Amino acid sequence: MLEALDPVLLSRIQFGFVVAFHIIFPAFTIGLASWLALMEYMWLRTNKPVYKEVYLHWVKIFAVAFGMGVVSGVVMSYQFGTNWAVFSHKAGNVLGPLLAYEVLTAFFLEASFLGIMLFGWNKVGPRLHFLSTCLVAFGTLFSAFWILSANSWMQTPAGFMVDPEGVFYPTNWFEIVFNPSFPYRFVHMVLAAYLTTAFVVGGFSAWALLKKQSVKHARVAFGCAMIIAVSLPFLQSIAGHASGINTYHHQPAKLAAMEGLFETEKGAGLHLFGIPNEKLGKTEYPVVIPDGLSLILTGDPKAEVKGLNDFPREEWPPSAPIFFSFRIMVGVAVLMMITGVWAIVLHFKKTLFENKLFHRWCVLMTPMGFVGIISGWITTEVGRQPYVVYNHLRTMDAASALTHTQVSISLLMFIVVYTIVFSAGIYYILRLVMKGPKETEPTDTYGTHGLKKVPNLGDVL
Amino acid sequence: MIDFSPYINLPLVWGVIIAFAVMMYVFLDGFDLGVGIIFPFAPSEDCRDKMISSIAPFWDGNETWLVMGGGGLFAAFPLAYSVILPALYIPVLLMLLALVFRGVSFEFRFKAGPKGRKMWDLAFHFGSLFATFMQGMILGGLVQGINVSGKSFAGSDFDWLSAYSFMTGIGLVAGYVLLGSSWVFMKTEGATQRWSKKVIRYSLIYVMFFMGLVSIWMPYTEPEVFTRWFSWPTITYLMSIPVMVIACAYFINSGVKEMRDKEPFFATLFLFFLGFVGLLVSIWPYIVPRAITFAEAAAAPQSQSLMLIGVVIIVPVILAYTGYSFYVFRGKSKAENIY
Repeated sequence: MLEALDPVLLSRIQFGFVVAFHIIFPAFTIGLASWLALMEYMWLRTNKPVYKEVYLHWVKIFAVAFGMGVVSGVVMSYQFGTNWAVFSHKAGNVLGPLLAYEVLTAFFLEASFLGIMLFGWNKVGPRLHFLSTCLVAFGTLFSAFWILSANSWMQTPAGFMVDPEGVFYPTNWFEIVFNPSFPYRFVHMVLAAYLTTAFVVGGFSAWALLKKQSVKHARVAFGCAMIIAVSLPFLQSIAGHASGINTYHHQPAKLAAMEGLFETEKGAGLHLFGIPNEKLGKTEYPVVIPDGLSLILTGDPKAEVKGLNDFPREEWPPSAPIFFSFRIMVGVAVLMMITGVWAIVLHFKKTLFENKLFHRWCVLMTPMGFVGIISGWITTEVGRQPYVVYNHLRTMDAASALTHTQVSISLLMFIVVYTIVFSAGIYYILRLVMKGPKETEPTDTYGTHGLKKVPNLGDVL
Repeated sequence: MIDFSPYINLPLVWGVIIAFAVMMYVFLDGFDLGVGIIFPFAPSEDCRDKMISSIAPFWDGNETWLVMGGGGLFAAFPLAYSVILPALYIPVLLMLLALVFRGVSFEFRFKAGPKGRKMWDLAFHFGSLFATFMQGMILGGLVQGINVSGKSFAGSDFDWLSAYSFMTGIGLVAGYVLLGSSWVFMKTEGATQRWSKKVIRYSLIYVMFFMGLVSIWMPYTEPEVFTRWFSWPTITYLMSIPVMVIACAYFINSGVKEMRDKEPFFATLFLFFLGFVGLLVSIWPYIVPRAITFAEAAAAPQSQSLMLIGVVIIVPVILAYTGYSFYVFRGKSKAENIY
């Protein structure tokens, strides 16, 4: 099967696979680090052991996810050179410094203080330990800042000039770092990371509540997760909307592909569904809200939105994957909003911690953040095609001169190794979750309150 | 735009910074990879637990220097980055995948049951061994020269594979074993320490052998290297390097004999430093040996200037808290895992 694909496409598949695998872990640890910092703060403030126990429980999961993020991240820092040599050479002057600052300000901070966070409980005082947790949390956010800046520059390049050989040179660092799409995409991604974590924590805690396993801890975690699930989806949809308007201004072809809009229209409709057909140059089986797209993007229902047919064919991003991945992301957002609204209703009915149906729903929602993030990234990155640096450097011209054999072998190896590592990682994370938190002090002298002890899934496995 | 190029030789400064990052990586990940290689041969499960605990708080940080080396090369010498990595495509990816295995096995073994633990211990060992061997081959493949035309790699898939790179691969394994065992010697006591003593002595012999072999091989295959080392008057001060190498070997050996815990480790670090300096002397002024000098590969002065500010301010802070982390986990390692 692989013989049919050219090395550049194989390199694209490899990069997509490796980066999609990688993003899962930072997306989860960004939110988890902040939440752990909060738990430790609560423990220091109130001195209630439950917070520390929740911390100790989740920090193990954090360590596994973080370790997988580190190793897949090391791979990333070499992928640009191995597979995208021309891109590295040409864009290195601009992007290199952003990545270097990521390493300097974030990676070392995270990696060094993680050691203290995990192993330093008996070696440093509680305040210093708390500081370490906070530094790790800041590190994850700094990292997101720089990598989003670099990625956004590839989407909406600014503050540079190009020499006759096609090499990019910086002319204004502020414009490079804060390029037009960066603020929107940064906020959008950080919120996505927090939401992802909230739904993972919420899902696992809901499971514990259903099983009546360490209910005390599960309530704390579930409560926190629900606060995020109630508040952030709405903020996130505002951020996503702003990001969409930004795309409309700076990457109109991507926007047209996302919306399945082929013909330029005054009063463009909003496609809820359809199947984009590039050959026919139209979206088939459309379900459309008339004037919806123009209204959303400009506030004017009769405003003009440019369709794909008005762009030269060689400027089109592949429309179908973007169209569908975008709808999956929005679908996830809707499910999250439903969760939030449901949680509010239950809160006022005072059954948030008791309603079994809702807890089951939350268990099902556990991986939804990841689904949303990956489909969102597919939308934005595939939408950048056929360019690697938007409007300036084509992906076709950016790759290393590798042979077909090299890339197909490496791609297969990545798939095999990552599948093994990923399955093992998920297995151990689930096992840790099932084991539940360890109580540090015996606080309960009444046995199990007559509750039947539920067998750990971890022991059964 | 900030630009320091009228005042300092930016490419040279950046050459030193990248060399420093690579050396830090070799120092730091070198000892924990070395521990991984000798790991299954330790006399007991208890020894292994102590060895693992001695490196557990550090490995993420150690590996970050590899990202610093790669990211730094991309940022400061994009041309070199875009030539070297495609040229060494296969060994680089094999090394990265081996590191993936090794890194996760570290986390997983803490959480696994007894059976799973055995499996991850093996993954830890073979991952470490393989990653080290590949790093040695990368070194060899780079040093023996890369075929370049215009601004890109022009060789074939397996240019890097040669008797020379095979030798540097094995040589680096011996080197990391020495680093790892002298680390264990410093961080443990009793049976584990006694065992590490033996490992240090054996591996020292191999390391000296391979250092000697490389020192002969390089000058005799590359006339340019020969004239650099053996022409008058440079020979007078370059010869201090082999003299100091022998002194290091002496201190490692006597440190082990007299049970001065820290001496072998630091003498080994200095030995690595000398080897590294020797290597740089041989490949100077190239960054892609025999093809591209580091001045030719340099990024735009504005880019190097901006990053220099970051390095000058942040790297001392990084070194300080890295040092602090080593200080927090000082002393002999205990078998228990605290988290």
